[in-house]
Amino acid sequence: MKAEKTGKQQRSLWQEAWRRFKKNKSAMIGLAFFAALIVIAIATLVIDFATGNEFYQNYVINQDLTSRLKGPSMEHIFGQDEFGRDMLLRMIWAVRYSLFMGSMSIIISLIVGGILGAVSGYYGKAVDGVIMRCMDILLAIPSMLLATAIVAALGTSLVNVLIAIAISYVPTFARTVRASVLTVKDQEFIDAARAIGCHDGEIIFKYIIPNAMAPIIVQATVGLAGAILSIAGLSFLGLGIQPPTPEWGAMLSNARTYIRDAWHVTVIPGLGIMLTILALNLMGDGLRDALDPRLKD
Amino acid sequence: MSEFLLEVKDLSIIYATEDGVVQALTHANVTLRQGETLGLVGETGAGKTTLARGIMRLIPDPPGKIVSGQILFDGTDLLRLPAKEMRKYRGRQISMIFQDPMTSLNPVMTVGDQIREVIMTHHPEMSRQDTKKHAENMMEMVGITSTRYGDYPHQFSGGMKQRVVIAIALAGEPRLLIADEPTTALDVTIQAQVLEMIHALKRKSNTAMLLITHDLGVVAQNCDSVAIIYAGEIVEYGTLRQVYKNVLHPYTEGLFGSVPSLEANAQRLAAIEGMMPDPTALPKGCKFVDRCKYATDRCRTESPRLLEMEDGHKARCFRYEDREVKRHG
Amino acid sequence: MAEILRVEHLQKYFPVPDGMLHAVDDVSFTIHAGKTLGVVGESGCGKSTMGRAILRLHEPTGGKVFFQGRDVLALSAQEMKELRREMQIIFQDPFASLNPRMTVSEAIAAPLIVQKLYNRRDKEGINKRVREIMDMAGLAQRLINTYPHELDGGRRQRIGIARALALNPKFVVCDEPVSALDVSIQAQILNLMQDLQDELDLTYLFITHDLSVVKYISNDILVMYLGQMVEKAPAEKLFEKPMHPYTQALLSAIPVPDPDRPMSRITMKGEITSPVNPEKGCRFAKRCPHATAACTQQDMKLTEQEPGHFVTCLRLQRGEL
Repeated sequence: MKAEKTGKQQRSLWQEAWRRFKKNKSAMIGLAFFAALIVIAIATLVIDFATGNEFYQNYVINQDLTSRLKGPSMEHIFGQDEFGRDMLLRMIWAVRYSLFMGSMSIIISLIVGGILGAVSGYYGKAVDGVIMRCMDILLAIPSMLLATAIVAALGTSLVNVLIAIAISYVPTFARTVRASVLTVKDQEFIDAARAIGCHDGEIIFKYIIPNAMAPIIVQATVGLAGAILSIAGLSFLGLGIQPPTPEWGAMLSNARTYIRDAWHVTVIPGLGIMLTILALNLMGDGLRDALDPRLKD
Repeated sequence: MSEFLLEVKDLSIIYATEDGVVQALTHANVTLRQGETLGLVGETGAGKTTLARGIMRLIPDPPGKIVSGQILFDGTDLLRLPAKEMRKYRGRQISMIFQDPMTSLNPVMTVGDQIREVIMTHHPEMSRQDTKKHAENMMEMVGITSTRYGDYPHQFSGGMKQRVVIAIALAGEPRLLIADEPTTALDVTIQAQVLEMIHALKRKSNTAMLLITHDLGVVAQNCDSVAIIYAGEIVEYGTLRQVYKNVLHPYTEGLFGSVPSLEANAQRLAAIEGMMPDPTALPKGCKFVDRCKYATDRCRTESPRLLEMEDGHKARCFRYEDREVKRHG
Repeated sequence: MAEILRVEHLQKYFPVPDGMLHAVDDVSFTIHAGKTLGVVGESGCGKSTMGRAILRLHEPTGGKVFFQGRDVLALSAQEMKELRREMQIIFQDPFASLNPRMTVSEAIAAPLIVQKLYNRRDKEGINKRVREIMDMAGLAQRLINTYPHELDGGRRQRIGIARALALNPKFVVCDEPVSALDVSIQAQILNLMQDLQDELDLTYLFITHDLSVVKYISNDILVMYLGQMVEKAPAEKLFEKPMHPYTQALLSAIPVPDPDRPMSRITMKGEITSPVNPEKGCRFAKRCPHATAACTQQDMKLTEQEPGHFVTCLRLQRGEL
């Protein structure tokens, strides 16, 4: 029932997917929330840069022990924490750690896992066997345990946390990329590319990767949610970001002693983590539906 | 009681899609007698499958909607039946064979049990032993040895799977069989076998059949009457001989010209120019006007009716107005 | 008449869990410049694999392919890449053979750029050539920036043809180019392919399962059964006087679009033999109405039964049929 569509604007598959994504309300809410987080994270960086960290030192780090654990008020909407610091500002300044470290670790694992998966899927045979068995071994260890072990071995620093989380996500990406390369590889247009004389590189980058992107994008979105949760988890265990640097997991961990005295110190960081993960998962679901060609119209 | 087993009157079906309303079927009229085979010929998107699914009331809603018409099966209007009553018709009175034998079987159930399931729902009084016996008989009837009762669909070839599908369709002893491109996915030699088998089984139980296909050869060898459908409208309708020996509509003429002949040695095919109109923006007049070599100004502004010739042969084209039978009173 | 392609004892085997799948087994033929060789057979007979093996899209297991006298299978990767300008392919499925992320112009420009006929930056030159090719393939200029998913099957197939012809090849493998199309569109594409053959002096290897199409378009026809060639003859001769029992059965199964000509189908018995580790002898023997014990005891040879009419059948060769 494909008919001529002369009057309409030409749309690539990406544009079609965006059109479908826009129609999904919950996915758009997720996207809006996530976009707001990015804006907040950038804003905090700009403020720190402009004030030479003065604002950060004075309002985010500086303690005011006279007003410990004060509940939400007009002055401090989210209340104050166990050292009298403004919870709202700490929540805001914490965003960048979760977001940047989460994205960095996902980008690293995407590149490493992507290359391993693409090579594995495209060349197959022995290469495939060796790579995928290694991935299986990594996958057999629970990712949180693996990350904990890596950080415990290498010591707690931002970079180590990042590496730990990246490594724990490599197998997932390798598998996803391999699977989608395998489905694309056997399609006729790959043979067509070979028939006009394209070499392997051109085929991988121009024909296979653009067509294998959809599941990888979805995986990356959902993976980001996982990575943010892992960072919070590691910090909660004291292996991630160290106080007084604001980080949701660390904030939650420190606050748990006061859970009976002041509800807000635990609930607010907990809600922050929950809403972020929820937003990313909603986005991931929306992307999956939008990018699935079977659902096209 | 009516002389027809099936009488589709004025059936119109639309699909409301994002790009607009698709007129999938417009005022379709077809009739079928007991034991008769009607061939429904048309190209992709012409509305063949919509008509078939409409009769079964299996139009996905949304986006589909039956906007008008009647489907009289043995005098009962199927469109007025409550859903529960309709279910009794499906499988028992009317069965359908789908195009793709690969996807219409349940992969985790043995083929024997799939045939037996239909028998059990239609004959709840039968004992377990009897239903199994009956299912085995059905298998033998479509040419599969009953020793394969316990085999799964993946153990069968395409042609054999289509036989299983046919056995399932016929297990409920339907009075009307709707076959939607039953042999399109099969090789010629297998196609011939399957069609011969359907033919023999049909004759045995005097089943009526609506055979949907795009292959004019398959129609010629299997049908009693033919309806040619284009852009949701029946454009020509008559007995096999009327349509094949005295082509009226320009689209039918184009279809015959498009098939390379096995006898003559044509140098060039008389192809139809252009393509099917956008179903969301059909031409105002005749739907075929943009591809028709006889088109006049009138064809562009006015929609032709389905005109009936003296011998009952019908065509939707202004060129035959002078030959139309005038009905009085 | 100049010979353009010669295939000698071509073989392509695939390893499968149960052994070796003999997809193409000992196929030999020649095609003359400007002619069309039709290859017919039912699904799984190896006809598509053969087309791809000739172009080295699947590396053949054995045999030789000569294109204008050059041994194709002995060429280096670079030489093969250059030869691809001369030998092209049109695929069956216009929905799977186009990269969904490329516009019409990108798809047609790709061979021009890959083969370095145009510099990647020579946007104007490429654009001009793309428009020329689109004209040739009957694609309206306004479609230049559309994506395949926005077009119907007939137009997509025209893109496939345009892409194959962009390099000005001499020889084109047509792998079921009209099988996925509606009857009226199929006729348009067949006419287009014939016009292009006349205009550009193309040689076709036309693979199809549709017997009326193959008769219409071919000069010679080769019939395949389970990887082996069973008969080869000029098109008219094959339809007038099919010799091999399989060809006879195949032709008798075509439903003729004429109510006055009922079919008289030759029934084949039995099940199809498996092409995995096939036994010695004629692979059609199990279904052949004329088979004798001798048919499965020795490998078949292709012999010229009548001038230009080649058959692989022991009983014919012995004069028993």
